[in-house]
Amino acid sequence: MTEPLVVLKDVNKHFGDLHVLRDIDLEIGKGEVVVVIGPSGSGKSTLCRAINRLETIESGTITIDGKPLPQEGKELAQLRADVGMVFQSFNLFAHKTILDNVTLGPIKVRKEKKAAAEKRAMELLERVGVQQQAQKYPAQLSGGQQQRVAIARSLAMNPKVMLFDEPTSALDPEMINEVLDVMVGLARDGMTMVVVTHEMGFARKAANRVVFMADGQIVEQDTPEEFFTNAKSERAKDFLGKILTH
Amino acid sequence: MGDIFSNYDVLGAFWWTIKLSFFGGLGALVLGTIAAIMRVSPVAVMRFIGSAYVNIFRNTPLTLLMVLSVLGVTYILGVTLADDINQNALRWAMVVLAVYHGAFVCEALRSGVNTVPAGQAEAARAVGLTFGQSMREVILPQAFRGSIAPLGSVLIALIKNTTVAAVIVQAEAAGLMQRIIEFEGGSFLIFAIFALGFVVLTMPLGILFTSMSRRLAVKR
Ligand SMILES: Nc1ncnc2c1ncn2[C@@H]1O[C@H](COP(=O)(O)OP(=O)(O)OP(=O)(O)O)[C@@H](O)[C@H]1O
Ligand SMILES: [Mg+2]
Repeated sequence: MTEPLVVLKDVNKHFGDLHVLRDIDLEIGKGEVVVVIGPSGSGKSTLCRAINRLETIESGTITIDGKPLPQEGKELAQLRADVGMVFQSFNLFAHKTILDNVTLGPIKVRKEKKAAAEKRAMELLERVGVQQQAQKYPAQLSGGQQQRVAIARSLAMNPKVMLFDEPTSALDPEMINEVLDVMVGLARDGMTMVVVTHEMGFARKAANRVVFMADGQIVEQDTPEEFFTNAKSERAKDFLGKILTH
Repeated sequence: MGDIFSNYDVLGAFWWTIKLSFFGGLGALVLGTIAAIMRVSPVAVMRFIGSAYVNIFRNTPLTLLMVLSVLGVTYILGVTLADDINQNALRWAMVVLAVYHGAFVCEALRSGVNTVPAGQAEAARAVGLTFGQSMREVILPQAFRGSIAPLGSVLIALIKNTTVAAVIVQAEAAGLMQRIIEFEGGSFLIFAIFALGFVVLTMPLGILFTSMSRRLAVKR
């Protein structure tokens, strides 16, 4: 593995009595693409959200590029700017145009000039194929288009790593591929990515590693090829059996 | 009727009602916005101050606050806002209207904040906006649009509540009405004139706010 960019050590978290993250140890190398899969409720979203501290953890450490996650405040905001996040429900800013969605972070957080931010935003929108929609509002776009804008919005911050939490789960089937194609492109370009998804096609095409979670633990991890054809643990075999028969 | 208009400065009195409404309303919007931000802030002390403010002023009768301002604060504590007795009372009336209705503005805004899905705030934080920036850029603009209708109700209530200022000051419409009734005797006409005056002030505002709430609604 290349030098580690995101390192989780001995991370634990509860929601009330529920132990959602149990002794999580995970290293993600620069340029590595890690797919996280596992049954519903196994803690995948929580893991993803802990990496940019949308969820706090109780014990253990998370470092990004060698720096531990700071407490809530300006410093944390700066760190989050370096960590892109793409949500299942897109979460585009509903009252802003597509273009303004993409330029908000660069202008307010990176203090870029409006003209420069807009020029770059248009390039990114073109890259994800929605440049025609720049002046529209999120509600006027299809789900697939909105999710591609959300990716462009993250990219505009030049993040060191991008987190995707089931980015295609809320999409109609015919729109899934347009989003996955953009993500495969990002992976090819060397973006460091953590992707929670059950899209095995994507995992096979783009992932360096699959991490399988169950009951808040990392049960096993392997290359996609090895994991999908030759899973070792019973939990993983059982899980794969369920999703493969569908 | 001509007598009333020639013997008493009815329009002047309504002009004071408008001034009380305008400055009281402006103050209420500012105070209410600050209180609403405090009530959703991540700092517990802020949340406490915000909700204490709302609970104290929402549950105290406006008349009591008016009387308290002049009798209590000016006469007993000696805090005056102007040298002239009438000016002092008018300014206190504005302050009291602002503080009292600020509590309702805060609650209207908070109901607006609740129309903003949690994902909007998360996305704002994930992009790297600070708490203040995500409030300013993402949450409040949507919250304001989602609370236009209740804000309209608060402002209309405020205009009508300026009449409570009559307990401490005579300049505005209700105060003048009291004086006219004192000198001329009550008549249906006098009530009708003043009631109409308030309808003229509040109805366009109501229509404006209803159409704005429709036009500016955030599409999701
Ligand atoms: N804010 C919360 N408060 C309480 N419990 C929570 C909260 N968020 C998640 N949980 C619980 O924590 C567990 C793990 O949730 P998480 O969302 O991480 O699972 P997941 O693996 O992403 O599942 P899914 O595939 O359904 O998205 C679940 O049992 C969930 O109900
Ligand atoms: Mg999830």
